[in-house]
Amino acid sequence: MTNNEVVVSPAESVVEQPEKKPPIGIFTWICVAWLVVNVLVGLLASILPIPDPNEMISMPGMGMSFEHLMGTDDLGRDIFGRLAWGARISLGVGIGSMAIAFGIGGPLGMLAAYRRGKVDVIMSSVMFTFLAFPSIIAIIAVLSFWTPRSLGKIIIVIGISSIPLVYRVMRAAALSAGSKEYVTAARVQGAKDRRIIFRELLPNVAPTGLSFLLFGVATVIALEGVLAFLGLSIAPDVAPSWGNMINDARQSLNNVPQNWPLIIFPSAILCLFILALNFVGDRLRSYFDVTEVKL
Amino acid sequence: MLKYFTKRLVALVLIITAISIGSFYMIHLLPGDLATVILGSGNTPENKKKLFAQLGLDKGLVQQYLTWMSHVLQGDLGKSYITNESINTSIAKALPIDLEMIVVSQILAFAAAIPLAMKAAKKPNGLFDRLSNGITFGLLSVPSFIIVVYLVLLIAIKWQIPGTGPASFTRFPEWGMLFSDTGTFFTALKDNLMSLLIPSLTLSIGSFVVYFRVLRSDLIATLQEEYITMARSKGLSRRRIMWRHAFRPSSVALLGTAGINIGGLIAGGFVVQYLLSIPGLGSLLIASITLQDYLVIQSTVFVVAVAVIVINFAVDFITTLVDPRIARD
Repeated sequence: MTNNEVVVSPAESVVEQPEKKPPIGIFTWICVAWLVVNVLVGLLASILPIPDPNEMISMPGMGMSFEHLMGTDDLGRDIFGRLAWGARISLGVGIGSMAIAFGIGGPLGMLAAYRRGKVDVIMSSVMFTFLAFPSIIAIIAVLSFWTPRSLGKIIIVIGISSIPLVYRVMRAAALSAGSKEYVTAARVQGAKDRRIIFRELLPNVAPTGLSFLLFGVATVIALEGVLAFLGLSIAPDVAPSWGNMINDARQSLNNVPQNWPLIIFPSAILCLFILALNFVGDRLRSYFDVTEVKL
Repeated sequence: MLKYFTKRLVALVLIITAISIGSFYMIHLLPGDLATVILGSGNTPENKKKLFAQLGLDKGLVQQYLTWMSHVLQGDLGKSYITNESINTSIAKALPIDLEMIVVSQILAFAAAIPLAMKAAKKPNGLFDRLSNGITFGLLSVPSFIIVVYLVLLIAIKWQIPGTGPASFTRFPEWGMLFSDTGTFFTALKDNLMSLLIPSLTLSIGSFVVYFRVLRSDLIATLQEEYITMARSKGLSRRRIMWRHAFRPSSVALLGTAGINIGGLIAGGFVVQYLLSIPGLGSLLIASITLQDYLVIQSTVFVVAVAVIVINFAVDFITTLVDPRIARD
């Protein structure tokens, strides 16, 4: 039962290989490296020799120096230190909420695509109804009442509100993979639903899922910024996040416009991180998607 | 075709019903005590009972929902528990501002995206194409709340252009003035447009990037079709081929994208409005959330959600009229 590849018809294998895949390119690797660096800094912020983000270490509004790589903010806190710790919150929200959304929405979407019929109709009508509802409004409303706010609550709210979108993407991906011969072959051989979903479908929808996961993390990191602007994310004196740093900078720049590192660094780091996620996601998609490569 | 639309219409009604239940029930799931909000220190059990009877909150949830819905269907969204203002009036004051922001931003976005996409698609992989493709990909990664911050810093603080900064919003002038007092009308209109400059630009940059990328890739694909070669060999001018033969089929994809995008703009404009204190729907919603003004939240959420869905439905309708093949799937 292990060798399902045998069943693949020769005609199909001819179709699968002719187009030459585009080269991955140096810029993709730079993006990957940038993502890895940020994740590592966020993970290891407590071990690395990074200045304490909440301590008022020196004079406010100091320019860049060897001691304070990116200068200090209007309360004399080290901007580089706050950015490094901020990566924890921003990436935590992005990755955590997508883990919830993919953990629930992914299997449901694949199940609906594979089973079709009643299961699909019921689940899809529920999910698509939720999808029609602008989720940002629900997120704002729930977070503004669910106090005191914590990282966990923010992750849960964003994660649950993203389930319908993940469901739709994974269902669509599984629908196109599910009609291929190897699924029929596995079914004919008497494989169980769970086996077909996880062993046959999952490897085939994984590239689509992965690239959508990267886009999703990027969107959520931006969303955390929106929430920080509305005062609905983690408070800046509790823990820095990229979003609440930008919001802080915006407010203090109205008074002291000279201290530009205050806003340039957090917004540049946030945008570059989102850019890297988008770029790698885009590359992954065109690398695995045969129809788009042809264009 | 008719069958397709009937099906979509039924789905639309079902979705709106589901959303009305959702926005009604969501408010009741949220913690917080309405009686404390309204009565403050006078929140004794007797007063609370009296208040709830007065507001109809002593009835069951289903009964409350049906009462609310029957009023909504008659065009009455109710009154705020806190400010006692009619919600119809609040929304009628706020909605035109959102619409104006969206219309202005979409005009700007299309005006920039269509010619630039055509120029890029003329020579795929040429210098201009690569450059514009790279820049728009980069812009795609700049969230609108960052764009608005930088635009405020640049336009309102650095260049000091008057009437553009936060809290300088002025309303659209009365149409009646156009004939009675034309000069004042246009000064007021200019003030109004200047105060919406930063928010409209912010929204238009986000839309422009999306429209440019969709139209560019669609045009490149369309220009490789055989009928384009045919039109070229007939000796038609490049401009005519671009507009009549390539842009028309490609505009279907553009229209679909615009529909999804405009729905998102209503929700996306909230932060921009909040930051610049523009009294649109976003500000209304955020203010009523802060005040825990339940009925206003419920009604605003419902109106916005219905607007988004109806826009999407309308775009779907137009797209299908332009390209009837869609209805066959």
